[in-house]
Amino acid sequence: MNIIVCIKQVPNTTEVRINPETNTLIRDGVESVINPFDTYAIEEGVRLKEKFGGKVTVVSMGPPQAETALREAISLGCDEAILLTDRRFAGSDTWATSYTLSQAIRKINAFDVVICGKQASDGDTAQVGPGISTHLDIPQVTYVKKIERIDGNIAKVERLMEEGYEIIEIGFPCLLTVVKEINEPRLPSLRGKMKAKKAQIKKWNADDVACNIRGIGLDGSPTRVVKIFTPPARESGRILEGEIPEVCDRLVDYVKDEVI
Amino acid sequence: MDQGESRIKIIRDKCTGCAICVKACPFNALSMKDKKAVIDYDKCTICGGCQEACRFNAIEIKRVAGTRNEIDFSSYKDVWVFCEQKKGIIQTVSYELLGEGKKLAEKLNSRLCAVLLGNEVRDKVDVLYARGAEVVYMADTPKLKHYQDEPYTNVLVKLINEFKPEIVLCGATTIGRSLISRVAVRINAGLTADCTGLDIDNEKKLLLQTRPAFGGNIMATIITPEHRPQMATVRHKVMKEAKVDGSLKGSLVERHYEDDVFISRTRLLDIVEEIEETVNLAEADIIVSGGRGVGGPENFDLIRNLAKVLNGAVGASRSAVDADWIPYSHQVGQTGKTVCPKIYIACGISGQIQHLIGMQSSKIIIAVNKDPDAPIFKIATYGIVGDLFQVVPALTKKFQEVLKR
Repeated sequence: MNIIVCIKQVPNTTEVRINPETNTLIRDGVESVINPFDTYAIEEGVRLKEKFGGKVTVVSMGPPQAETALREAISLGCDEAILLTDRRFAGSDTWATSYTLSQAIRKINAFDVVICGKQASDGDTAQVGPGISTHLDIPQVTYVKKIERIDGNIAKVERLMEEGYEIIEIGFPCLLTVVKEINEPRLPSLRGKMKAKKAQIKKWNADDVACNIRGIGLDGSPTRVVKIFTPPARESGRILEGEIPEVCDRLVDYVKDEVI
Repeated sequence: MDQGESRIKIIRDKCTGCAICVKACPFNALSMKDKKAVIDYDKCTICGGCQEACRFNAIEIKRVAGTRNEIDFSSYKDVWVFCEQKKGIIQTVSYELLGEGKKLAEKLNSRLCAVLLGNEVRDKVDVLYARGAEVVYMADTPKLKHYQDEPYTNVLVKLINEFKPEIVLCGATTIGRSLISRVAVRINAGLTADCTGLDIDNEKKLLLQTRPAFGGNIMATIITPEHRPQMATVRHKVMKEAKVDGSLKGSLVERHYEDDVFISRTRLLDIVEEIEETVNLAEADIIVSGGRGVGGPENFDLIRNLAKVLNGAVGASRSAVDADWIPYSHQVGQTGKTVCPKIYIACGISGQIQHLIGMQSSKIIIAVNKDPDAPIFKIATYGIVGDLFQVVPALTKKFQEVLKR
């Protein structure tokens, strides 16, 4: 089974702090990590390989320093890593990003399943996974919480919905986006770390993946940011003090209009 | 690569070295060198934040005009809302979008239209008129009974290509996010996810789409200048529902398509509803959440009881889910769900940033925690420092009395 996992390097939000004076993000010294949702995609890809054989290729689009994320993916069991890096990719929105990634997947060519995290923790759009499958014209299931089984070229998966889940059958080649519930990612093994250190990370630019230059980066992005601002800080409210029954009375009084 | 090859550059003659752009950059890509701004091209995403902040027009972003689309903008009219239904029930987020869509349509002097796809949903057309839709575009067939990506995408693409809406809005639900992302790529349109604010630029008549990024720490306003339609998904509970006015009437446009439009390479085998979720977290007006302080799975009954009295939903922090006290579908926060209820009651939740990201836009936040220094109190509208095992039952009892439930 040939598996492709798409990942993104993002700032580690556990370390993101807000400057209380300017109410802006303090990004100095913030470590970059693999998007938390993508760690489940990596783990699921590696588990499929362990069960059915084959290999896992991990792909990321980003600046040169995203190589660190790809090395980490190798330490977690991925076999090959490709970094799509080119200044011409800068300014890509989800349309251009999914186009670029789909071109790389076309170049890799032989694959059964593409796995993505459900969304990235910095942009939170959940648009790139479905965008890739549409560019490749393959079926998809989003928000997969379990791969129940795989018989030949057909997978039976569970898709997390607001009120429960759906059970869906999907043929290969296909794309799945996965949620946290699907597995518990392993830690890198010592052997994995050694392998990651020595691994060759392939670097592809726009020409390598035969991108139409009009479809990438700033020009390939239909959407454009026109303004960035920090939202007004949420005012911290008040601590209600006193005996519990009395405090509860007051609280219910304050909010009852919203409840009824 | 030198500066000349990149799409963004600093015009050194104009740069006064004021360093405002350095602060404005959300990606730390700008710094000062020899009293002039310089760009770290490996960090820059060309988001344009610096250009907007610069008072001296010293930052230039080069764009190639008329990129891929040679389209006639004047042929694109009307504001469309994709009205999601499940088992024939229109999801409330669709009514919220009709409310917001009406305002946009008025500003554009165009019509508000609804798209309704499903099986035996004809009786919902009047409901959509009453919510302000002037036209309902409908495809009603057993083949659209349940949502599936490909048939729904194909039908929506066909409708958009035939009738050319200027704006398409859709709820940022599980279905909405999967569907509309596919549609946008198919028709080469711009799509902005999870908007919390929509408006019209009066001068250019463009849709202004405002959304949070980095877990709500930054807001960005986004436009789609050269592609049509302009598409956006919107979160639950952010916009006000359209009021019901039974006297409103509209017109129905129905379409039937050939079988190949409904071909799906996925097959829906079953829909399993999890009974515990009597109320959908995303749609709940009130959410009562428990965290580590709840102490064990059996104690979640305290949380459930309060939620029940308030007709609310039960949420949980990551630590409660990781301890297997409650299923993952209840998790609120960065790796769970983002919610925006009228009231969020956090019980025994300390308020790690990952949790706050998922609930900080709630209208009223009530926090109950033993630790007076818990970060949750910093964002809470009302805080009670105390033992949740005493406070929560007392609150439940009091609400019961007041609400007579």
